[in-house]
Amino acid sequence: MRLSFAFAAATALIASFGANAAENQFDQLERGRYMAVLGDCAGCHTLPGGAPFAGGVALQTPFGKLVAPNITPDPETGIGNWSAEDFRRMMKTGIGHNGIRLYPAMPYPAYSRMSDGDIGDLWVYLNALQPVKNAVVANQLPFPFNIRLSLIGWNWLNFTPADFTPNPQKSAEWNRGAYIVEGPGHCGVCHSPKTWSGADKTNVALAGEVLQGWMAPKITSAPRDGLGQWSLDDITGYLKTGTNRFDIASGPMAEVVSNSTSKMTDADLRAVAVYLKDLPGETQTRSAIAADSAAMRTGAAIYADNCSACHGGNGEGTPKLFPRLAGNALTQQADATSLIRVVLAGSQAGATHAAPTAPAMPSLAWRLNDAQVADVLTYVRNTWGNAATAVPAEDVAKLRRQLQSGN
Amino acid sequence: MARKLPPKDVVIVGLGWTGAILAHELTEAGLDVVAIERGPWRDTATDFNIGYAPDELRYSVRRDLFLQPAQETLTMRNTSSQTALPMRDFGSFLPGTGVGGAGTHWNGHTWRFFPSDFNLKSHLTERYGAARIANLTIEDWGLSYDELESSYDRFEYLAGISGKAGNIQGKLQDGGNPFEGVRQREYPLPAMQMSYAPTLFAEGARSIGFHPFPTPSANLSKAYVNPLGIAMGQCTACGFCERFGCANYSKASAHTTILPVLMRKPNFEARCSSEVLHVNLDATRKMAKSVTYVDASGEEWEQPADLVLLCAYGLHNARLMMLSGIGKVYDPSTGEGTVGRNYCYQTNAGVQLFFDDKNFNPFIASGALGQTVDDFNGDAFDHGSVDFVGGAGINCIPTNGRPIGYRPVPPGTPRWGSAWKKATAENYLSVLGFSSQGSSYATRGNYLDLDPTYTDRFGRPLMRMTFDFPDNDIRMSHWVSDRMEEIGKALKPRQMVSSRRQKSWNSVPYQSTHNTGGAIMGTDPKKSAVNRYLQSWDVPNVFVIGASAFPQNAGKNPTGTVGALAFWAADAIRDKYLRNPGALVSA
Amino acid sequence: MSTDSAFTATRRHFLTSAAAISLVTVSTHVRAQSISGVLPWQPFAAEPPTPIGPQGWVFFTPAEAAAVEAIVDRLIPTDDLSIGGKEAGCAVFIDRQLAGSYGSSSRLYMKGPFLPGLPTQGYQGKETPAARYREGLAAIDAYLRKTMNGRSFVHLNADEQDQFLKAMEAGKVDLGGGINATRLFDLILGNTMEGFFADPIYGGNRDMVSWKMIGFPGARYDYRDRISKHNQRYPLGPVSIAGGRPEWSR
Repeated sequence: MRLSFAFAAATALIASFGANAAENQFDQLERGRYMAVLGDCAGCHTLPGGAPFAGGVALQTPFGKLVAPNITPDPETGIGNWSAEDFRRMMKTGIGHNGIRLYPAMPYPAYSRMSDGDIGDLWVYLNALQPVKNAVVANQLPFPFNIRLSLIGWNWLNFTPADFTPNPQKSAEWNRGAYIVEGPGHCGVCHSPKTWSGADKTNVALAGEVLQGWMAPKITSAPRDGLGQWSLDDITGYLKTGTNRFDIASGPMAEVVSNSTSKMTDADLRAVAVYLKDLPGETQTRSAIAADSAAMRTGAAIYADNCSACHGGNGEGTPKLFPRLAGNALTQQADATSLIRVVLAGSQAGATHAAPTAPAMPSLAWRLNDAQVADVLTYVRNTWGNAATAVPAEDVAKLRRQLQSGN
Repeated sequence: MARKLPPKDVVIVGLGWTGAILAHELTEAGLDVVAIERGPWRDTATDFNIGYAPDELRYSVRRDLFLQPAQETLTMRNTSSQTALPMRDFGSFLPGTGVGGAGTHWNGHTWRFFPSDFNLKSHLTERYGAARIANLTIEDWGLSYDELESSYDRFEYLAGISGKAGNIQGKLQDGGNPFEGVRQREYPLPAMQMSYAPTLFAEGARSIGFHPFPTPSANLSKAYVNPLGIAMGQCTACGFCERFGCANYSKASAHTTILPVLMRKPNFEARCSSEVLHVNLDATRKMAKSVTYVDASGEEWEQPADLVLLCAYGLHNARLMMLSGIGKVYDPSTGEGTVGRNYCYQTNAGVQLFFDDKNFNPFIASGALGQTVDDFNGDAFDHGSVDFVGGAGINCIPTNGRPIGYRPVPPGTPRWGSAWKKATAENYLSVLGFSSQGSSYATRGNYLDLDPTYTDRFGRPLMRMTFDFPDNDIRMSHWVSDRMEEIGKALKPRQMVSSRRQKSWNSVPYQSTHNTGGAIMGTDPKKSAVNRYLQSWDVPNVFVIGASAFPQNAGKNPTGTVGALAFWAADAIRDKYLRNPGALVSA
Repeated sequence: MSTDSAFTATRRHFLTSAAAISLVTVSTHVRAQSISGVLPWQPFAAEPPTPIGPQGWVFFTPAEAAAVEAIVDRLIPTDDLSIGGKEAGCAVFIDRQLAGSYGSSSRLYMKGPFLPGLPTQGYQGKETPAARYREGLAAIDAYLRKTMNGRSFVHLNADEQDQFLKAMEAGKVDLGGGINATRLFDLILGNTMEGFFADPIYGGNRDMVSWKMIGFPGARYDYRDRISKHNQRYPLGPVSIAGGRPEWSR
């Protein structure tokens, strides 16, 4: 349905550009469509069930509400009266049409690494979309954050526009992966630790970060809590299908897999995997908390009575259904926020064509108190070869309050 | 006045096993399908939350997931000379409701009927003579086992059935059921790991020459990914199966095998908490044009569609036909009419063995974890020297070891006080039970029609059930009870208690939710409501799918055959009806 | 500053809570739960039973409560196997059940005409369980006061109480008012057993006493490692829906 719309619009565009450009135009359109996939534009700019790219839903930030705007070529409410250069400058610098500064919820610090050619392809694709009249008030921040001039300061602190620079010591595949991860894929936006003002800490790129009650895990090659245990196939399989022998994508990553990575080419997925596997990860050794400690003994009982029926008596899980807990990097992240979250609120896994099950973890907030959630997670993080910090009951209490108040 | 909605290609009444299978098959064929379900949407993690799913009071005793009599019940009587009264509470059988239907809270016994079950009338006539079945109104199905074999296979692979084949392509298999029809391949999963009671039962049965084998089970012996790509888990033998939703995706149901794929299709829509009142026919009464339903707020809607599929519970399929004027209601005094004809049930009996020195841990159970002896089922044995036809499977499937409902004590024990308590504590762990599940053969006086007095909350007549166990079936059941007692004696219990099937059928104690017939399939439009493709003889754009189509019931659980019939009907619609809409069999 | 990670989290919440459930509400004004294009799910969605609070009697009057406590304590007497029905909370259980949908028969078919039925047709009375307790307890009290020198059930000694209950069970008591003593006894006995063996979250079966007595491990969900351990006793104590196993706390 959407496909045919896009093709119809593309045909109209081609006609206006003249017949001699038709072949290039088609290729460029297809490349642009793929750039939209790499950049996961739909993830923010398409409302579920709504017209493609006609504007997303509200993004709650610590500073207030932002709404992803309409990026269809409607002249009044979309980007119909932008020029190609307006678009390029926005992607590169965060300064949009008429000089308006975008909030860096739009990941232009990553997109600035994209090549002009890729940005041009994306521009052609967006212009081939069905124009949709849908006025979006993007800036719903309270004072003083609603003053976009404050962004000059943010940019001065955090952002220097920079093209992607290939590393000549590495393979073409590695460089392609680096380009996707750092550029259009904007992985660091979630997975890199942040400074006080919300910018990526570049010296610890992709080492994991907590955002909005989810832990975006470390995706360097760190052996215990990174991708050290994952083979290239584990990584590509996860990105393609949302699941592998360790995990099932859940929460925000499920959306990313569904909108973006599941639609990427096998070659690009492999390039991403090659690059991530080559990122140095800390090899800090940690020993597990003693099994006879009070928290671990309590956690073991809670685990047996609540968790083992799905995750298995030895944390072995079931492929495509119940995440493996033993030897799983996700369970051993420095921060247990995602684990606490799924125990309290439950979580539905993502679905892809290859892995359509979308099983859900039940909410246990009603059954387990803060200390019990903390102890069972401490147990999970320190059993079957796992080793990670204990989970304090206060962390559970805090997240429980935060989630149940709707933030 | 009902407000009219935009038309759909297909409207399905009921989103349980059959509705989900038909919806999936027909959306794959590109049709625009809406399913209207009178119960709520249900989700595994939310509604079968592992923390409170194992709640006997809520789900088994108060029956939270079931159709409530306030929404719809039936009136019942044993003979047509009595006045039928409403079942104010359900007891003997428990219909489901909600997305997933009764398949949400079933046990999971997944059988194929014997080949001779499908041409029962001609088979028995040929083998024993017409006089033997003179008092029965049994019929052939108009469909052979061989024709249905691939549909059985599809259902078993969809659901991840665990079992051991007994006959693959004509070759008998060790450890399987030697009496079953020929299957083309093994079950998708191996048989379940056996607990103690069925293991002991099988030893006893084998010691006296019977042929026990693992009961084919929709509780999964291993993790499985079905042909739709949907992953299921290994059954954990939690003992909360029948009457409960499965919390860990290890019991096959529409939820665990179809809905994750079906619900995402843009050409499928489920409308929940919406009750279909009737199917609307056009002026010729030969074509259905829409269904009328009431939504949760009480508003009435008319949903037009080219094809109407009745996929409710079998009893409710029959009632919807009666309320809609699809086919003529059966009249036992004349023998005319087809809708409501050949209502059948299940003829069960049981044996309990009390031991001093054994511990069966009855709570370690799955809905279908057990062993079956099929030596005396259907026509697996020669009936030449007995005074009945039919038979029963003998099943040792010790599920439901939950203490409100299951507290075996020897006969004569007081029902309360210290003596009761002592007997309860002494026997809870150490009783082995098994039961016969017998065929139920149609008679002229067992039927369904509309009640003249009692109505539902919309003012529609309740369905009236007139049923008692036929003498043939009682004789059958007693004969099989004799065989069960032989097995019991071989196990040398301290005490054996045999509960034999007696007349009259009592609607209060739970017996079986295997209500069959009422809209039976067949070859003769005067005796059957639907043809061999489950298509109404009278209104060809209505198909009626479910155990309502069974001309009589076999000594086996119906769901395997119901699932196979759903695939069979879907194929007929897709491959035959869509190419040439109209009657697929000329009357 | 936030990112599109948070964005998608918010989006998912929206997807399952609003858009998915009522697509048709938007498009064609059908006021029912229409679902298309999504497998619905919501965070924190759960409908656990509400644990019984200590708020005192909800349905019973103090006199009724005293009578029921005395009755359940004879049906399930204190002995060396367990505490009695009263201490186990069976009367509290019945009180809360009668105050809820069970007591009002809200799920049952309650339309008339109400006619006397055959035994195979089940209970055909129009009285709800709540009404049957209210009228039945009053009738028991009146009967005993008349026949036992003005004493109520609670004033009888244990033997007298047992004799009376046996007489009720056998239908040898005429309670008057059209009340069938056997059926009333069966009702009370059935509810008492429900309370004694149900999850303690409903007010009876205190400390899972009945489960410990018979060896039922309660609300457990995984016996895989015990299926093939034939003829061996299960080693772990019971679990309640509310948790309740001492091992869950430090």
